[in-house]
Amino acid sequence: MTDIFAGVMSNFWVGLGIKLGIVAGLIPVVGMIIGFAEMKLSAKMQNRVGPYYAGGRWGWAQLIADGIKFFQKEDIIPANADRQIFKIAPALVLASTVALVVVIPFGPGLAFRNLELGLFFALAISSLSTIGVLIAGWSSANKYSLIGGLRAAGQLIAYELPLVLSVVGVVVLAGTMNLTTIVEAQIAAGYPYLVLQFVGFGIFMIAALAELSRIPFDMPIAESELVMGYLTEYTGFRFLFFFLAEFANMFTMSAIAATLFLGGYWLPGMTEEQMIVAGPLILAAKVFLLIFVMIWFRWTFPRFREDQLQRIAWKVLVPLALANIAVTAILKVVI
Amino acid sequence: MTSRSIPGYGLAKGMWVTLSTMFKTIFLPKKHLRTVMYPQVKETPVPRARGVIALDQEACTVCMLCARQCPDWCIYIEGHKEEVPPDKPEGRIKVRSKLDRFDIDYALCMYCGICVEVCPFDALFWSPEYEYSEYQMGDMMHDMDRLQDWLKTVPEPPELA
Repeated sequence: MTDIFAGVMSNFWVGLGIKLGIVAGLIPVVGMIIGFAEMKLSAKMQNRVGPYYAGGRWGWAQLIADGIKFFQKEDIIPANADRQIFKIAPALVLASTVALVVVIPFGPGLAFRNLELGLFFALAISSLSTIGVLIAGWSSANKYSLIGGLRAAGQLIAYELPLVLSVVGVVVLAGTMNLTTIVEAQIAAGYPYLVLQFVGFGIFMIAALAELSRIPFDMPIAESELVMGYLTEYTGFRFLFFFLAEFANMFTMSAIAATLFLGGYWLPGMTEEQMIVAGPLILAAKVFLLIFVMIWFRWTFPRFREDQLQRIAWKVLVPLALANIAVTAILKVVI
Repeated sequence: MTSRSIPGYGLAKGMWVTLSTMFKTIFLPKKHLRTVMYPQVKETPVPRARGVIALDQEACTVCMLCARQCPDWCIYIEGHKEEVPPDKPEGRIKVRSKLDRFDIDYALCMYCGICVEVCPFDALFWSPEYEYSEYQMGDMMHDMDRLQDWLKTVPEPPELA
């Protein structure tokens, strides 16, 4: 079985086709599952029923119905919009999400591409979505869109540094930026890096929330102030692209957090053979645990102001992350 | 040292509220879920609920006060004068106002109830009925016969002390 699999994948074009197919299927499915979880959990947290009729039971088909609805909608481009850029922006946002999936290790040797600088690639490519958001806001020719886009760019200044600094502790411990090797280092150590890097994990999750523009850091969208922020002028399947990218991005960022801090596809006491089969499921379970926490945050906390985020990021998160790096590095050398 | 001075206490408390609400709603829906599954289960509104406005055509004198006071101008009234023969043979011919049209456009109505309050002859009443949605916006215009039908659903006025 493994030999046949390896044989098929050894042909570059066939392997590429299979990988592309899996990624193309994975993103909408994961986006829909997370979107539905968000709808249903938010309803329960607010003492509501949530989606109920679509699909017969529990409203499980609600997001499929929503997706079909978006395809039926007219694709409106504002008269003063910068047409080309306006059209590219949603694809750019989704592209950064898809590119992130490439480096996530779903099991031992089960990554779409096992990059030596996988972590660096992930952090670099995740910032690409902010460019998509910025040009979406700029090209819409709408004051709300522009403010939303610029807020997203301003937010980048706040979260990007803590996000990068918080993972340095893990890199120091593992001695590599290869995500698969980081998981293997955790297996060799016998504990997930959360045990030593709980400070880094906290900083990473806060910065990831800011990166995903989720409540409490959803200033670029901020419905009560900016209508829908950079999404204001988008309709139909272009809006669906942003919508999908938002939820799929939650998956990718949570998957990277799970890989770095929670042991990725590994549970204590598992053998190599078990991990090949159960690895993706274990990773998915850890990812959905983190996503649940994100949804939980969203329906609990009010929105920050942009300057409050900057203050937290620069006065609390960056010094904490630097102290975390220093302590980790010293202990790594001493012990 | 009070619990408020612990950093993050408020955050944790908020998290607990949402989490406990979630578990209560999921596992004890009968006790905690307030939602009424509307088309299958119908809630009985309180007797004096402001559902729809009913018209008593006999009491209306076409004085137009309601139409003029209506903030949305959603009441349409037309009428004419009719001559009624005198009660006594030597008496004067009497003039009565006859109501030809009394429409309320519920697509415009904002249920403020000013028309009901302003009516000097008690021709307008609140009814607790609420199920009169339509597929076409134009069908939200209720004519005087339909408004008269709503009168059957108006609860009895309370006893005066």
